[in-house]
Amino acid sequence: MAEVNLTGKDFATDQDVRWCPGCGDYSILKQVQSILPETGLRREDIVFISGIGCSSRFPYYMNTYGMHSIHGRAPAIVSGLKAVRNELSVWMITGDGDCLSIGGNHFIHLLRRNFDVNVLLFNNEIYGLTKGQYSPTSPQGKVTKSTPLGSIDHPFNPLALAMGANGTFIARAMDRDPKHLRELLKRTHEHKGTSLLEIYQNCNVFNDGAFFPFTEKTSKKGNTLFLEHGQPLVFGDEANLGVKLDGFTPVVVELGEGHSTDDLWVHDETDRVKAGLLTQFFDDPRHVGALPRPFGVFYAEERFNYEDALIAQVEEAVEAKGAGDLDALLRGSNVWEIE
Amino acid sequence: MELADKTTDVGNTKKEVTILFAGDSGDGIQLTGNQFTDTTALYGNDVSTFPNFPAEIRAPQGTLAGVSGFQLHFGSIEIYTPGDECDVLVVMNAAALKANLRQLKTGGTIIANTSGFDKRNLKLAKYPDGEQPLEAPELSKYKLIEIDVTKMTREALVDSGLGTKEKDRSKNMFVLGFIYWMYNRSLDNTIQFLTDKFKSRSDIAEANIKVLKAGFYFGDTSETFTTRYEVKPAKMKKGVYRNIMGNQATALGLVAAGQKSGLEPFYGSYPITPASDILHELSKHKNFGVKTFQAEDEIAAVCSAIGASFGGALGITASSGPGIALKGEAIGLAVMMELPLVVVNVQRGGPSTGLPTKTEQSDLLQALYGRNGEAPMPIVAAKSPSDCFDAVFEATRIAVEHMTPVFFLSDGYIANGSEPWLFPKASSLNTITAPLAKPRDEEDAPFLPYARNEKLVRQWAVPGTTGLQHRIGGLEKEDLTGNVSYNPENHEKMVQLREAKVNKIANFIPAQAIDNGPEQGQLLILGWGSTYGAIKTAVRDLLEEDVEVAHAHLRYLHPFPANLGELLQRYDKVLIPEINNGQLIKVIRDEFLVDAIGFSKVKGLPFMAEEIKNRVKALL
Repeated sequence: MAEVNLTGKDFATDQDVRWCPGCGDYSILKQVQSILPETGLRREDIVFISGIGCSSRFPYYMNTYGMHSIHGRAPAIVSGLKAVRNELSVWMITGDGDCLSIGGNHFIHLLRRNFDVNVLLFNNEIYGLTKGQYSPTSPQGKVTKSTPLGSIDHPFNPLALAMGANGTFIARAMDRDPKHLRELLKRTHEHKGTSLLEIYQNCNVFNDGAFFPFTEKTSKKGNTLFLEHGQPLVFGDEANLGVKLDGFTPVVVELGEGHSTDDLWVHDETDRVKAGLLTQFFDDPRHVGALPRPFGVFYAEERFNYEDALIAQVEEAVEAKGAGDLDALLRGSNVWEIE
Repeated sequence: MELADKTTDVGNTKKEVTILFAGDSGDGIQLTGNQFTDTTALYGNDVSTFPNFPAEIRAPQGTLAGVSGFQLHFGSIEIYTPGDECDVLVVMNAAALKANLRQLKTGGTIIANTSGFDKRNLKLAKYPDGEQPLEAPELSKYKLIEIDVTKMTREALVDSGLGTKEKDRSKNMFVLGFIYWMYNRSLDNTIQFLTDKFKSRSDIAEANIKVLKAGFYFGDTSETFTTRYEVKPAKMKKGVYRNIMGNQATALGLVAAGQKSGLEPFYGSYPITPASDILHELSKHKNFGVKTFQAEDEIAAVCSAIGASFGGALGITASSGPGIALKGEAIGLAVMMELPLVVVNVQRGGPSTGLPTKTEQSDLLQALYGRNGEAPMPIVAAKSPSDCFDAVFEATRIAVEHMTPVFFLSDGYIANGSEPWLFPKASSLNTITAPLAKPRDEEDAPFLPYARNEKLVRQWAVPGTTGLQHRIGGLEKEDLTGNVSYNPENHEKMVQLREAKVNKIANFIPAQAIDNGPEQGQLLILGWGSTYGAIKTAVRDLLEEDVEVAHAHLRYLHPFPANLGELLQRYDKVLIPEINNGQLIKVIRDEFLVDAIGFSKVKGLPFMAEEIKNRVKALL
């Protein structure tokens, strides 16, 4: 491949970006445009495919190949695309409604098949494009246009769902921490297989502040846990808190008070069981004793992906039977002649 | 072969015979039918078949719900249908007789396995206590041949060392051997088949062959049966033939279209009766670069095919009516994005789940109109099992060369039916040319994804091609640029462009021809799809009787061939037989203001030629 020297600007299109001023999507767009030059990929080898929703406008703003498809179906479209073009870098842009409500079925099947696709799940816990109904990730009790008395739906925990579907790369980031988001986007790109990056994204019009406990300076350190492979689970305003495991129960401990970092749970991205436990750190941060919300790579596993296995089957078939001979196929095995 | 040589003295010659094999779905009826079909085709008869099985995989044994049938029609004349009523009805049990007796011609032959008429079987078939249908007075209208097939099969295998259950599995071979004797057919083909099929169990192969021969000898030596028939080879067009089923022909047509277009076929599908066999067949041909994908649902199936088409492959999806309904939104997306996509609908009885294993032509209007918005799509329909090959090849050509999703309509009748096929040479098939966009440099003018050629077709810009980065999707496109546009004038223009593009296809398909009968006159029968055989047979017979009637059969249902309106004007009356409640007739009336006469049958069964003949006679 020829050497490619591109900048973030080369990935922008001539289209006006139409998200509401102040939307978290702007930050995500910027970070994606800024990491792509570092991948060394040519623009024509990248494809962005989305479903429907605010986030799904994303492909229009990327100077790559793109498709703004229909509601919930992007996972199926990227599957077909990857099945025939495994060399392309395919990014799927989706939101909490698109991915977890109307597209929930396709989403879990994409994960289990492990097509090599980068999934960016913009989670804002609300339906923005249809102007403010609750979504499958909205907390119970949420008052919205369609739930004036509060939602009685129990919300999805997207990363736990993805673990259950045997996803091979499961991570979380936030729109308001661009540096961390960039790192995670790079990891998402590097992983071979379906990479799921959930991004907490603020909808400043219909659900402003949904993630403020995790994203704002005043509360961020106390409520979030930034995962690093091989490092102990430490958080808190002064890095004064840690998580240790009591059997299978995570316990928050204060460091220095009879506990040192040596006692803590050391993050191991390859440990499926512990990653599962981490996805269950899902408490409402306002509750006393809530576990901190983790960000970073929860789980990463190398597992064969569907498209390569499919190509291998085609190659095996060619090896076993020879490249297809159309005349032989049409003739079949049992013929007779009329003279 | 020695057995047949000894017994070639056959008194009676027949031009055509229809046999219906019927028994429990576990009785090996389909295999028996297929074997007779292969043997009789190899002998040189023309033949047409129609399997008819229950929706349940293994309905309770002996019950009416569990009856499986295989009808085949063969002759020394050209055969276009699996036959109306049958000459010979083979029944393995009481339920099979009860379910199929009305299919038998007066004077026809019943071959009954008497052990299938014991107390238990009679009760399961819900005959009243004490009634023995084989002794019923109404059976005097027929010739009854009673054979205790179960007993004779067991006796033939007394030294085989097999258990009773295994022995009983061979009883269909006894019947087959007996029918081979009746029609003076060689056992060679079936012996070879059994040897290959049970390669790893030679004891089972030997047992089946022994029973097959026992059936044949039983006919030869038993003096009860004196009537045998000779059906001489048919005078068919010269050439090399094979037997083929409709779904198989569809699969081969898709492989061929892939080869002839240089595109890799990608088949996204979710199992559904009666379309699944296309998936099974295609998945065997990976060495042709065919990729099959069993998706999680119908919507994912079509969407994966759209993704593949976007990637520059030949995207194909298939289903039956209920699945097509689910795919509707995504098919509309393909209309909007103007990407090639072949949508196969093997129709079955509806609405809803309807009649999964029965045939119907009731999804024509769904194919024409079953999407939101103004979403025109070409439609191509196959007329017979082997025609599925040509018709789906043609559907693919239109999809690729005109950058549009295309419906290919088949149905349960021709999908599962079979007939001899004068298969083409690969070199005789047309090349399909994809309108691929070429790479561009920075100095070139910007790429316009929705610029069109003289056919109004846009270019296919495949990811990976330098300088063609562009975004498409379901929102309305601005003319030329493909950018999102809500401009009122632009929307109207795009709606008209998409329609004009599809209508223009009429200039790239053959003119409508008259299949048989006068070029103008009193009455034209206008058919489409699987009614071809019945209409063809009826018109042939009517012309022989000097009844003036013509037949035209539509392959292209949207757009219609350019000369169709003029053709319809040449006849005083136009009769449109359909296996639905009248769908094509609505379109013909709408488009041509022709006061066509409808003829509907909606029983989950194909037309009989006799029904068409009677309708014509009533009209003239």
